[in-house]
Amino acid sequence: METVNIKINGIQVEAPVGSTILEAAKLAHIDIPTLCFLKEINEIGACRMCVVEVKGARSLVASCVYPIRDGMEVWTNTPKVLSSRKKTLELILSDHDRKCLSCVRSGKCELQKLCNDLNVENELLYEGARTHYEIDESAPHMYRDNNKCILCRRCSAVCAKVQGVGVIGANERGFSTTISCAFDLPLGETSCVSCGQCIAVCPTGALSEKDDTEEVFAALADPDKYVIVQTAPAVRAALGEEFGLPIGTNVQGKMVAALRRLGFDKVFDTDFAADLTIMEEANEFLDRVKNGGVLPLITSCSPGWIKYCEHYYPDMLDNLSSCKSPQQMFGAITKTYYAEKMKLDPEKIVMVSVMPCTAKKFEIGRSDENAADVPDVDISITTRELARMIERVGLNFNSLPEEDFDDPLGRSTGAAVIFGATGGVMEAALRTAVETLTGKDLPNPDFTEVRGTKGIKEATYHVAGMDINVAVASGLANARELLEQVKSGEKNYHFIEIMGCPGGCVNGGGQPKQPASVRNFTDIKALRAKALYTQDANMPLRKSHENPAIKQLYKEYLEKPGSHKAHEILHTTYVKRTVNQL
Amino acid sequence: MKSLEELRAIREKMQGQIGLRNEHTDQIRVVVGMATCGIASGARPVLTALSDAVQSKGLSNVTVTQTGCIGLCQYEPIVEVIEPGKDKVTYIKMTPEKALEVVDQHLIKGHIIKKYTIAEVIG
Amino acid sequence: MYRSHVLVCGGTGCTSSGSHRIVETLKTEIEKNGLKDEIAVVQTGCHGLCALGPIMIVYPGATFYSLVKEEDIPEIVSEHFLKGRIVTRLVYEETVTEEGIKSLSDTDFYKKQNRIALRNCGIINPENIDEYIATDGYEALGRVLTEYTPDQVIQTILDSGLRGRGGGGFPTGLKWKFAKGYDADQKYVCCNADEGDPGAFMDRSVLEGDPHVVLEAMTIAGFAIGASQGYIYVRAEYPIAVKRLQIAINQAREYGLLGKNIFNTGFNFDIDLRLGAGAFVCGEETALMTSIEGNRGEPRPRPPFPAEKGLFGKPTLLNNVETYANIPQIILHGADWFTSMGTEKSKGTKVFALGGKIHNTGLVEIPMGTTLREVVEEIGGGIPNGKRFKAAQTGGPSGGCIPAEHLDIPIDYDNLISIGSMMGSGGLIVMDEDNCMVDIAKFFLDFTVEESCGKCTPCRIGTKRLSEMLDKITKGNATLEDIDKMEELCYYIKENALCGLGQTAPNPVLSTLRYFRDEYIAHVVDKKCPAGVCKALLSYQIDPDKCKGCTLCSRICPNNAINGKVKEAHVIDQSKCLKCGACLEKCRFGAISKK
Repeated sequence: METVNIKINGIQVEAPVGSTILEAAKLAHIDIPTLCFLKEINEIGACRMCVVEVKGARSLVASCVYPIRDGMEVWTNTPKVLSSRKKTLELILSDHDRKCLSCVRSGKCELQKLCNDLNVENELLYEGARTHYEIDESAPHMYRDNNKCILCRRCSAVCAKVQGVGVIGANERGFSTTISCAFDLPLGETSCVSCGQCIAVCPTGALSEKDDTEEVFAALADPDKYVIVQTAPAVRAALGEEFGLPIGTNVQGKMVAALRRLGFDKVFDTDFAADLTIMEEANEFLDRVKNGGVLPLITSCSPGWIKYCEHYYPDMLDNLSSCKSPQQMFGAITKTYYAEKMKLDPEKIVMVSVMPCTAKKFEIGRSDENAADVPDVDISITTRELARMIERVGLNFNSLPEEDFDDPLGRSTGAAVIFGATGGVMEAALRTAVETLTGKDLPNPDFTEVRGTKGIKEATYHVAGMDINVAVASGLANARELLEQVKSGEKNYHFIEIMGCPGGCVNGGGQPKQPASVRNFTDIKALRAKALYTQDANMPLRKSHENPAIKQLYKEYLEKPGSHKAHEILHTTYVKRTVNQL
Repeated sequence: MKSLEELRAIREKMQGQIGLRNEHTDQIRVVVGMATCGIASGARPVLTALSDAVQSKGLSNVTVTQTGCIGLCQYEPIVEVIEPGKDKVTYIKMTPEKALEVVDQHLIKGHIIKKYTIAEVIG
Repeated sequence: MYRSHVLVCGGTGCTSSGSHRIVETLKTEIEKNGLKDEIAVVQTGCHGLCALGPIMIVYPGATFYSLVKEEDIPEIVSEHFLKGRIVTRLVYEETVTEEGIKSLSDTDFYKKQNRIALRNCGIINPENIDEYIATDGYEALGRVLTEYTPDQVIQTILDSGLRGRGGGGFPTGLKWKFAKGYDADQKYVCCNADEGDPGAFMDRSVLEGDPHVVLEAMTIAGFAIGASQGYIYVRAEYPIAVKRLQIAINQAREYGLLGKNIFNTGFNFDIDLRLGAGAFVCGEETALMTSIEGNRGEPRPRPPFPAEKGLFGKPTLLNNVETYANIPQIILHGADWFTSMGTEKSKGTKVFALGGKIHNTGLVEIPMGTTLREVVEEIGGGIPNGKRFKAAQTGGPSGGCIPAEHLDIPIDYDNLISIGSMMGSGGLIVMDEDNCMVDIAKFFLDFTVEESCGKCTPCRIGTKRLSEMLDKITKGNATLEDIDKMEELCYYIKENALCGLGQTAPNPVLSTLRYFRDEYIAHVVDKKCPAGVCKALLSYQIDPDKCKGCTLCSRICPNNAINGKVKEAHVIDQSKCLKCGACLEKCRFGAISKK
């Protein structure tokens, strides 16, 4: 690699050509503070937290975007630099609501940490006129409290660039600048897909999921209710981060123990429904291939993706698998099969899901998601909310024992656990579809071509005399790119997996937030995915159709994949939507 | 536009007209009497003919303008040619045809057409 | 062919004062007098003397009629056009002498000017490409394409010493050289016509009066750097400029001066307009390009500079209108001709928009090195009402105030910076003893606060806080520590803001603090506004000895704050007084004063 030599604070540093000062400083063990900077997503040099002195420059420069050149001399910690950063914070605070004590981000807020690090002593130093905003709670999944917004634009950059949605952006200008939607529409009236990626990157408490923890606590306290919880595969790969564990620690056992101690009547695993999804979706795929159905078949597990498809590709709804998502299948089976089996009144069951996802909060309210004439799922909380519940009741998470899910809906295979990573659904489906098509046992269930964090992956498999072309996309901007290629006829696939969030559910909008200082230098999604693939590799059963609980379900209740009953309970319909129509 | 020549042709055609807007003081001034007397005896076509000829021939050093009654009403239309540093030449009883001769002979070649001057006609 | 041309200014100033009606009436009267085939009425661009509009110049002879009214037209047509008798009483008084009417170019206003960028403004019909060609238009382009290499063009511009007229003063030739130096499949040439300084209209006048010069220069630039597409970013609030630019582009395309294979040399270049919606920040080069790309007009960090990654990420050359207006003349007359004008480091001329407390408000083009005194006293005709000169503001919201002690400084880029101001795009606002410098600083700062894009923290919040501090001072609520805190914040914003708009925003405050600190201190310590401008610090009083009790003041007071009986001294109720000054203006006995 070609490198250049620069001096930072008098110390010689060798860094790759094209590096920024921020990156070169990292190599010299200096963490320059940033607020607006998100690598490759928001490189706008707007907040001015990262200013440094460069010899010969007319003014301070933003190190996050300033390229290094040979012989450059940089100072990152002069009195001028430090006092400038402090003033920047003091100015931000002068138009901030400063309600830290009741803020959802308190203790984990990037602004708060910087104020502390940079010794801000008087948050009222530049007190003056303040902007005041109504909290936007129109969307089903989140709040926007612009009184806490510092206008870093990370949310709008992620929305536009990573997700290709772009429903939020700067309105007004100068001191009145505010992040909101076109024509100041409430977010809930736009084509926002509820992915929550904006929340994941917000440095402060301006964006947060709608907190449903009180509702869960109320259900748990209600003696008339039978409260069942299901946890999505990606949750176990990230929950530990909220308790200081390294990124990529699998905390399945402690999570189950915590849920049991929170008082849930049954602690089940969404992985069970993931296996069930594979049964139905593989069957649907083979049926479409054999009977000339609409291809490519596109997965329907990700509610953010589904909403995106409904808004932006309403002409492709027939390509979507009619399978409900695992969350909804789980709720549907719980309130039909399981309720009948256990003689429970579906009306009294409270189905709580713990999801890495904010769009799940939207999904539970969709129409045609009520197999037992009551909603399949009642409350959907995020990984972050679960962590807050654990904290609230004083559970010492890290010292909890490792426990197992309850039977029978806690049983799953390795195929299900990898649903949490991009390519996982595809791989799980291939394991089942290939065995079904060939009628032979698949010795190696690894389909490594569809693994990894690349935005778009493709592969062709030769199975039973036919070529099956598959593609996997995660992140909606990547999904758009892929779909445009499909629509133009440039690419010809049989089966496509799309996940709304980049990297899949492990990087979902409901997962623990990592500050930009970590995000910019660590591939979080790869570390979390690794935890799931490791679990898969170590499981005795790795193919969905081998799950004994699933076999039992079909035998006792559903007959066979794609049966009439299966359709009634496990499949759904979609609606055509428009884009930001007034 | 295919060549500089083409451009220059347009320029030359236009320059005469724009030359009218010249403010240089070393201009040759051609003044036509345009009071009631002048107009009545046909000064307007003379003025127009002079102006047109000067522009079409691109005489950017010549300014054609009008003036009021000079007091020699019976000799109208009167045209005066005033060259910097030279005596004024006064042509009388002009017609458009005579005016064109003045342009060709006097303004371009520098020969005063004696037979039309006041000195010659009255004298 | 016409024997006489009547030039009526169709610039924005004269259009506002009704020049289009003058044109209509002129045409009617000319028709009526049977002069339709003899007299041509030509709408031109700005002549510069905007305060005297509508203006009209009659050729031959260059008779200058000012403040023309519709009812004067019949007389001018029948007397002047038909009979050749100039209507002296309607002629601009400065041109009337005992010996008769003198040429406009001999008046004080024009004598010291040297019109290069403005050379065609007010002379040609901007909607007629032939008239531009008649004044050597497109000759420079023709020569460049047929006789020059790109490097020779750039060398000529480098040798001329031309510097960017948009404000920064960056050497134009160097900019061209950089843009040429980057290889790319597509490059762009942009023109910054998003003039936005309060009171500045230099570029507008060029666009309205001589649009082809910009097209010609941009095409030359395209040849020099290897670009095939140009964009002119012009504010939508300049409707006349937009219209004439579009006409000019259409005509140039029709003549093959834009488009494919220009002058049969195989060189292709075209230009399109992009309209700005009026954000001041879009005059900043990166914001301008972001806006052309269809995004919210906000600056982006440099480097990379536009020459490397500009519009749509491609190498881009961006100059402002006035800079371009110099290019064809430099090509035609040579770099030496251009360097013969100006100072050592600032060559050529600069156009200024004169405004404020000055006689001849309008547009002037002066050689670099002309002193501020010459501009104010001679060209500008001095300060009205016998008032004393206090300061001149240059550089708009990014500039500073120049006090009387620097009146004799020759105007050029470096001198202005050395005294805490800057050239800017050419706004020059004159202030007299009635202007409060704190109030002036606040005026310019409030402009920046209003126009800040809101992207970076120092500008978005910092300028707002500065403005609040100034407000506190003008209301008499500030302490001396507040002045120090304000100054400190100024330096912080200069060092930390993302773009030029923010970095220069504190300049009006810093320059007034530098030269007029005592005025700030008077506001803070004595709670007085020496110029009597800051309302909170002044009160209106009635001198009972002088008041005759006429009741006039009490009747006109809009807030019923003045009481008193007829023929008895009146009193102002200070709690109700709005300080509008109406009473002071109306009192016939000089009994009311402002303190």
